[in-house]
Amino acid sequence: MAQIFHPSTNTISRLSIFGALFLVIGLLWILAAIDRSSYVTEAGVVREQPVPFSHQHHVGGLGIDCRYCHTSVEESSFAGIPATEICMNCHSQIWAASDMLKPVRDSFKTGEPLRWQRVHNLPDFVYFDHSIHVHKGVGCATCHGPVDRMPLMWQAESLQMEWCLGCHRNPAPALRPREFITSMDWRPPAGQEAALARRLAEEYEISSPEVLTSCSTCHR
Amino acid sequence: MADQTSSKTELATPTETPAPWVAPGYTFASITEKISSIVLARPTGPGWVVGFAISFMLVMVLMFAIGWLLVKGIGIWGVNVPVAWGFAIVNFVWWIGIGHAGTLISAILLLLHQEWRTSINRFAEAMTLFAVACAGLFPLLHLGRPWFFYWLFPYPNTLGVQPQFRSPLVWDVFAVLTYFTISLLFWFVGLIPDLATLRDRSQSRAGRVIYGMLAMGWRGSARHWHRYETAYLLLAGLATPLVVSVHSVVSLDFAVANLPGWHSTIFPPYFVAGAIYSGFAMVLTLAIPLRAAYGLEDFITMRHLQNMAKVMLATGLIVAYGYLIEIFIAWYSGNEFEIAMVENRFFGPYAPAFWSLILCNVLIPQALWSERVRSSTVLLFVISLVVNLGMWLERFVIVITSLQHDFVPSSWGRYLPTIWDWATFIGTLGLFVALMFLFIRFLPMISIFEMRTMLPEAEVRAQGGE
Amino acid sequence: MAEERKKCGEGFWRSLEESQSDRPRPDEESVSSDAFPHGPGDVSRRHFLRFMGASLALAGLGGCDRPPAETIVPYVRQPEEIVPGKPLFFATAISIAGLATGLLVETHMGRPTKIEGNPSHPASLGATDALAQASVLGLYDPDRSQVLTYLGRIRPWSQFVAAMQELRKELRQNKGKGLRILTGTIGSPSLGHQINQLLKEFPGARWHQWEPAGRHHTRAGARLAFGAYVETQYRLEKAEIVVALDGTLLSCAPGYLRYAREFARRRAPSPGAEGTSRFYAVECTPSSTGATADHRLALSTNETIAFVQALAVRLGIDLPRTPSLPPPQAHWLEALARDLEAHRGSSVVLASEHQPPLVHALAHAINRSLGNVNQTVAYTDPIEVNPTDEIASLKELAADIDAGAVDTLIILEGNPAYTAPADLGFRDRLAKIRLRIHLSLYNDETSALCHWHVPAAHYLESWSDGRAFDGTASIAQPVIAPLYGGKTAHELLATLSDRAERSAYDVVRAYWRERRGGSEAEFERFWRKSLHDGVIEGTAFAPKAVSLNLSAIAAAASPLPSSGSGTQSNVPRSADSQSVELVFRPDPSVLDGSFANNAWLQELPKPLSKLTWDNAALVSPATAERLGLGTRQGFTGGAVYTELVEIRFQGRAVRAPAWILPGQPDGTITVHLGYGRTRAGRVGTGTGFDGYALRTTAAIWSGSGAEVRKLGGRYALATTQTHHNIHGRDLVRTVPLAQDRETQANARPEKHNAASHPSLYPEFAYPGYAWGMAIDLARCIGCNACVIACQAENNIPTVGKDQVLRSREMHWLRIDSYFKGPPNNPETVYQPVPCMHCEMAPCEVVCPVTATAHSAEGLNDMVYNRCVGTRYCSNNCPYKVRRFNFFQFSDWNTPSLKSMRNPDVTVRSRGVMEKCTYCVQRINRAKIEAEKDGRRIRDGEILTACQQACPAEAIVFGDINDAESTVSKLKADARNYALLEELNTRPRTTYLAAVRNPNPAMDKA
Repeated sequence: MAQIFHPSTNTISRLSIFGALFLVIGLLWILAAIDRSSYVTEAGVVREQPVPFSHQHHVGGLGIDCRYCHTSVEESSFAGIPATEICMNCHSQIWAASDMLKPVRDSFKTGEPLRWQRVHNLPDFVYFDHSIHVHKGVGCATCHGPVDRMPLMWQAESLQMEWCLGCHRNPAPALRPREFITSMDWRPPAGQEAALARRLAEEYEISSPEVLTSCSTCHR
Repeated sequence: MADQTSSKTELATPTETPAPWVAPGYTFASITEKISSIVLARPTGPGWVVGFAISFMLVMVLMFAIGWLLVKGIGIWGVNVPVAWGFAIVNFVWWIGIGHAGTLISAILLLLHQEWRTSINRFAEAMTLFAVACAGLFPLLHLGRPWFFYWLFPYPNTLGVQPQFRSPLVWDVFAVLTYFTISLLFWFVGLIPDLATLRDRSQSRAGRVIYGMLAMGWRGSARHWHRYETAYLLLAGLATPLVVSVHSVVSLDFAVANLPGWHSTIFPPYFVAGAIYSGFAMVLTLAIPLRAAYGLEDFITMRHLQNMAKVMLATGLIVAYGYLIEIFIAWYSGNEFEIAMVENRFFGPYAPAFWSLILCNVLIPQALWSERVRSSTVLLFVISLVVNLGMWLERFVIVITSLQHDFVPSSWGRYLPTIWDWATFIGTLGLFVALMFLFIRFLPMISIFEMRTMLPEAEVRAQGGE
Repeated sequence: MAEERKKCGEGFWRSLEESQSDRPRPDEESVSSDAFPHGPGDVSRRHFLRFMGASLALAGLGGCDRPPAETIVPYVRQPEEIVPGKPLFFATAISIAGLATGLLVETHMGRPTKIEGNPSHPASLGATDALAQASVLGLYDPDRSQVLTYLGRIRPWSQFVAAMQELRKELRQNKGKGLRILTGTIGSPSLGHQINQLLKEFPGARWHQWEPAGRHHTRAGARLAFGAYVETQYRLEKAEIVVALDGTLLSCAPGYLRYAREFARRRAPSPGAEGTSRFYAVECTPSSTGATADHRLALSTNETIAFVQALAVRLGIDLPRTPSLPPPQAHWLEALARDLEAHRGSSVVLASEHQPPLVHALAHAINRSLGNVNQTVAYTDPIEVNPTDEIASLKELAADIDAGAVDTLIILEGNPAYTAPADLGFRDRLAKIRLRIHLSLYNDETSALCHWHVPAAHYLESWSDGRAFDGTASIAQPVIAPLYGGKTAHELLATLSDRAERSAYDVVRAYWRERRGGSEAEFERFWRKSLHDGVIEGTAFAPKAVSLNLSAIAAAASPLPSSGSGTQSNVPRSADSQSVELVFRPDPSVLDGSFANNAWLQELPKPLSKLTWDNAALVSPATAERLGLGTRQGFTGGAVYTELVEIRFQGRAVRAPAWILPGQPDGTITVHLGYGRTRAGRVGTGTGFDGYALRTTAAIWSGSGAEVRKLGGRYALATTQTHHNIHGRDLVRTVPLAQDRETQANARPEKHNAASHPSLYPEFAYPGYAWGMAIDLARCIGCNACVIACQAENNIPTVGKDQVLRSREMHWLRIDSYFKGPPNNPETVYQPVPCMHCEMAPCEVVCPVTATAHSAEGLNDMVYNRCVGTRYCSNNCPYKVRRFNFFQFSDWNTPSLKSMRNPDVTVRSRGVMEKCTYCVQRINRAKIEAEKDGRRIRDGEILTACQQACPAEAIVFGDINDAESTVSKLKADARNYALLEELNTRPRTTYLAAVRNPNPAMDKA
């Protein structure tokens, strides 16, 4: 009887068997990659803001300390977003007429608050506390990146759980002396990174990884 | 061959000489013709259409029940606290149990050279696959948040956490998936030569192409046969431990827990026995109408049915022993909770379920001791149905009575399945039957080439080959 | 109204809606309800689309969900005291029935989220009751009245003020003739002052008071005994022998939080403390009080009169002879009398409000003859501004209405159309008044009958003041601006004055300014201090000498009320089996019905019966048998099918489900008030049956000669505990005091640790803190405060009656109650059961995704966001403390409820497990603060919500690694035991056995 299949079918079928294997593996790899990409994490995505506030200018240029605006970072879980009046402390004199700052002045006049786009947004079931991290010697830049080089704010890290766990499983390397908490360019003295980390972990009584990785440390 | 004949005689009743596994008067051609024609030549009868239509409607019911479940949440079922597991788990265990016979027949009986398996292994394997498919639905659906099911798999995730391998539920995932995969392969490999037959005999081009693709270029050459035999034997070897492992693991879901009525070392063997019991019951339930409907009495002979009945009787007795031991240990342990559990099964709110399970699984099957009962297809059919029901009740009693009545009286509760529990259960029955219908319509329900080896000529050939 | 309902947060009870498994969400219903009838298995196109959506969701969503974009809205000018992310606490006071209790209110960014007791307030001492705890839900209730209406049409406040000023003109001409003001019992000095001012200006006006669950008999009793209104206070810490005549002492008596604490301190034998007191209870309806007693005598009200009178005679008070008591009672009385005589000056007899005035008077007499006055009992001036016989006052009002003497009725709070005694026919009478003005939180039964309805401000939104049971005054300050533009009584009354727009703040401040005198600066200091402390120093009343009028009592005592007397409690009465004594009680959950729309309270299992969402007619097992009543447990879990009875009393009848309650005296039937509301709101309307329909001015708390008839038909009641029989299991331990002493002496409790009970799983090490809890069953009075406190602290949703019927309630902390002994008068034990936080937790090992895991400090963490909902953990929990979100129980839609939530606790979604966390948010807060100060957490620094609310100090939480901590000491006590310790779960929560201190002479009874 007549041939149903062309002889090449054999080759094709053999190839397809192996092909399928690689295809599946490839797909899985791509999925994993997407899951960590900035498409999902939104890391590095610059947010438009009602006022194009430049950390680069204020922090890098003018050298204003983080805590001048983020007032509650040392005492509360929430670092605090500056009230309009904090902006106006300076901008009632400097750039008092600039159009760029009109929303700020309006807000101050009308009492209508500014609405900033949130950049670092953790899920509601995660309870992050700024004050304790700052107290334990985790610098602002450690999580927020080189803010002094960000004209508009973006999220520097993935903020994914595995990223959090990275430090919580081994906190020492993320530590710095408290006096440099808000410093953007602090680097551990070359060669003594490990020693310093150990000393600080000791000095700041960093809890054991068991405690730091207990679920209820972050989830309640 | 000697050992084979001897094993045959063992299986047959020693008094009379064993009837042949295939009724006399068949040739290779006639066997092939008879079986393949069911798929290729025979027109789709009204019986098939009606049967399939009904089962398909039930599948739609299942789809609706699942949709509603996803919209509303697990609360549409009757589960509560303390009875947090209900129909879903009962049905899961029941289906998994049914899914046992197939691989057992094909793999274990193959390794034991039980030739009589050849006429039933094909659709028994199909049954296995469909049953496991139905079973697989339930663990997924009974999750509070089914869309996160993949968290039970270990994979490089962004959470930096992995499943907990101490939990029997994780073991389940692997046990069931492995079992399903191997069963599927086993079944498919077994099909290849027959698919080739269908390819060659098919009248329509579509048929030839489709069967052709599935046959994977089988030409029946000696090399093909050689490799086929090796692969089939290997798979049989792989499948054999799985038959035991899968239900043992399922039983661990219960045995690992600390509930009176669950926390018991006897569970693995007792569940496996129960599984085979219900598996064979289901094979009978399917085989008896099938041979009647498609006139296969010559291939699925009374001897086959008798043997299956005997296996049922044997496993049934093991199960009965399990029940007995449970009660004995409860009394012997002197553990107040265990004793209360047994009392609750005897006289509690779900006592009717317990006693009818004893009736279905222990008392009625004793009729199989009688030759007359074993040789009556009607009675066998009825008994097999009863056993299916009994095994379902067993799972119900194990799951519900233990949960409903555990350690602290203040939190004792009750369980009442809702219409959605029933819809889901009956829906899976529909799915199972529908798949069966499709199977008998499009694939040879009996292994053609293996049946041919059953003919006396085949043995001569075999000798000639040596 | 309907529009208004929709406007104010449609889908408030979405959970309830959803729970009826085949009904769509209300938001949908509002759209498509006309289009589609919603029956099971009905799929509208919308549903079908949602199926598809859901199926897609199943097909691999989950990984790719990203948090929605959020905006951050900072202040324009930041108030300096507010630190975003940190709670603030304000002192205020809640007044219920004219009695103030000091509170501290936790607020987050200006939103009150949690009520705590004010430790420096005498009536609280840091504790709270369930009502106060639940009142925060009342604040945010979207069903609260939100608009001022005239004849049902919306009006602005200004128009109301104008109308009142018109009225004022009129009143000035006729000297206020025809003006009537109806209030509840007023304890607020400033409000009372304001009313009195008004009466001074309009001499023709009258002020009536009616408090449905008020202290009518207490007042009348004091009047009878002393010829004047006198407040009675007790010093339970000094009392060796406590005799409670009926049980409100530990449930709702004035100052009961304080009494509960003093009482509990004397009940738990703690080394060093003075001896354990002995507690006798003679009560009708079984209550928490009776449940904690060493000896409980179940008597109907009439029997109690005879009993107390006999007791008085036995103790040598000169009264007319009483018919002899039946032997068991007589024996009981003898033993009691001996005990009392042996403890002159250190015993106390308390009559509860629900006893007739005579019993109160007799109790006063007995206390005097035992020399308890000024020892364990003290008398002060009444705390009400204007104590009156409120029943008479209401009768008078009714009479005046008939006489046409009432033109204008101003109803300040209260709901007389619903709560007034039935024989006054108040609904009809209201209609006869020309102008009716009603101030209330809800647009309720009374509002519907009034011309003007003015939405009231919640107490958390109002300036006011009040007095505690001992006279201590507090200023109640608002912690949030009125959500729905509510007005206070102060402000409403002001509209009738010459300063119509006067704010409550001005009124209250002016009153105290006047009272204090002195310089403005001085007063400012006083004012700030009073607000800060929550109490006004030196305002407690001093005890005063009172003279007992024995002859009056004797006169009242004879002749004894005939009906029902001389009957016995312990043998079923053979007499007319149909006629029973009808007993009214305020509901333990919703009080007089004013809390009926509070879902937390509706779903709060009532003590003993564990009923939710309904009231029932309580009958004793024997009575039930005689009436041929039974109950059947349903198969859905929480359902108990009871039989309906008709209760006919003085020509009025109600249908009610009959609940068989062990310990109820035979021949009595108890009806709880506060249910059967018709305009309570979406939660309260239509729950239970209305007991007020039977209540008459003659029978305020009880009346003889009610007819009970079994009707056909069954009624499903939702209860959270269906088995009260402990089946001989060693779950709740009680030790007689004597035995406890020797166990204290020699036996040490066997410690369940790795050594004695090895486990296959690796042991945990707890180098840092190790959190543990000890619950003292000798102290627990089953008052339910902890349950609601937990609910408020942890954002626990309510599920609705039909879900409780399926036993899916969500309470993290439950209070089990078990009955032991004879069903007619059993011994009752309570057992609060939170998560045990086992060190070898069965739940942890079975979770496939480690959603419940062991923390380094021994907490059994529950991670909602990881949970996939296999419910295996719940199966494997021997204590069954885990709760599952079978539906989307937490309301994600209603805006007002979002503001109520505790921001430190995740709001759970559908399909996840949850359970007690030991208030881990509080632990973490304390840990962070301690670490910032570079110190360890101090003992008692962390209070779990249940512990903080508990008036009896029965729950103690702390670090068991610290041998000096209170919890460690308690766990070292001989009474300490672990629940189901044979399972080797090694619970961190352990119990201290209850202690009974029986009277040896009582054994034969």
